[in-house]
Amino acid sequence: MHEMSLAAGVLQLVEETAVREGAQQVKLVVLEIGRLSSVEPEALRFCFAAVTHGTIAQDAALEIIDIPGAGTCLACGATVPMTEQWGECPACGGSFLQPNAGTEMRVREIEIE
Amino acid sequence: MYTVCGCGAGETKIEGEGHAHEHVHADGTVHSHAHGHDHDHHHEHGAAAAAAHEHSHHHADGTVHSHPHVHQGEHVHEHAHAHGIGGDLDFGAGPARAHAPGLSQSRMVQIEQDILAKNNTYADANRRAFDERGIFALNLVSSPGSGKTTLLVKTIELLRDKVAIAVVEGDQQTSNDAERIRATGVPALQINTGKGCHLDGHMVGHAIERLKPADGSLFLIENVGNLVCPAAFDLGEHHKVAILSVTEGEDKPLKYPDMFRAADVMLLNKCDLLPHLDFDADLAEANARRVNPDLTVFRVSATRGEGMSAWVDWITAGLVAQGPGAPNRSTRSRRASPNSSGSWPPDKGMPAARQPLRRVCISAARRGRRYGANTSSGTTTSHRSHLQRAT
Repeated sequence: MHEMSLAAGVLQLVEETAVREGAQQVKLVVLEIGRLSSVEPEALRFCFAAVTHGTIAQDAALEIIDIPGAGTCLACGATVPMTEQWGECPACGGSFLQPNAGTEMRVREIEIE
Repeated sequence: MYTVCGCGAGETKIEGEGHAHEHVHADGTVHSHAHGHDHDHHHEHGAAAAAAHEHSHHHADGTVHSHPHVHQGEHVHEHAHAHGIGGDLDFGAGPARAHAPGLSQSRMVQIEQDILAKNNTYADANRRAFDERGIFALNLVSSPGSGKTTLLVKTIELLRDKVAIAVVEGDQQTSNDAERIRATGVPALQINTGKGCHLDGHMVGHAIERLKPADGSLFLIENVGNLVCPAAFDLGEHHKVAILSVTEGEDKPLKYPDMFRAADVMLLNKCDLLPHLDFDADLAEANARRVNPDLTVFRVSATRGEGMSAWVDWITAGLVAQGPGAPNRSTRSRRASPNSSGSWPPDKGMPAARQPLRRVCISAARRGRRYGANTSSGTTTSHRSHLQRAT
């Protein structure tokens, strides 16, 4: 979804940081993308390469750290792994799970020189 | 649509603003790929990485979730990672990780920011502006053709004599919808997103400046018809309202869970067509609540007017809660919500919507506020006890 907007958002954060740090070039961008965030990493890679063309981050490598999904069962309180935004609690069978990990969409760090 | 804030949106047009902020990144050449998931492997892979990966994780239909450990080839040789193929090829050259200082000019800089941080900044400013002036703001989202504009027109007709209303219309092209709204006598501003797929906080901030909504008014935002992207972009609204029409599928909330999770309210529209369709409204509601147990559901027919009074009552309660003298107005949460029940049709003996707003009632009570009656059935009580335990 909207990977182009997200890639542009990443570039904005990267450019701001690179300028502040007086960087000549951005070599690596490290993102954290949760599995429940509905971001398609491959599409994000494609869009990232497109939006960084001609910028300080052109040709920067993109590392995407995958954050597994997890949630709390609202019925029994168990913390359970989640692969979708909804699911069943393996402990009690409850069908109301509140995600508390895996929704991340963050820029963690960049490598500059 | 390039930047999150919308400023770089080369094709975004706000009515009357001409092309005032069509600047920066207006490189249209890659727009057409913005949401194509069929370009998965066009990025550069180094030869070694390509060989290692073998690209066995094609997503032919675009629905398959991403491969968890995809690496681009070019950094394979540069630094170590716990996962994937990087570790085997590392020579201790990981910058700022296992690197001997002084051997390279490069360094790592922590950023630790949400990708949508910029948008959220604009959205927070919008929300503050709404709260300071007692404005109740709703963001209506759905797929194209669910009846959003008709629903808005009917809602406006029912409320325009009681409260000032201003409307923002988001569409890729045309100002048809804004014209339909203006025909009801309330001010409307059309935002054309060009090739963009959603409104963002920055665009809505401009819309607020242009529309100058009155204190204590109702501010309605009709987002671009799209069940995917608008879910992620906070506009500063108090509630997202998802509209699902009964001519769609009951499993839509499961297919597009982000939107139904992001929404606080779901309007099941076109219910007058239910007798002619093989659509299970109870199943649609149950699916939506699997994704979002907090969801408030109203069954309505915008064209016939049935069920609309409960929806309008819900808006009215929201206006009251947002208005002058309302407790904790400045600290109200987006999740704070008036209570209501959404049976449809109320006069035909059809089963009422199962008790909506279960969790909202609890959160409202936690803040010392409560809207309307919360009649409980057996099932509701059991849900509530679960929810209370969790909260």
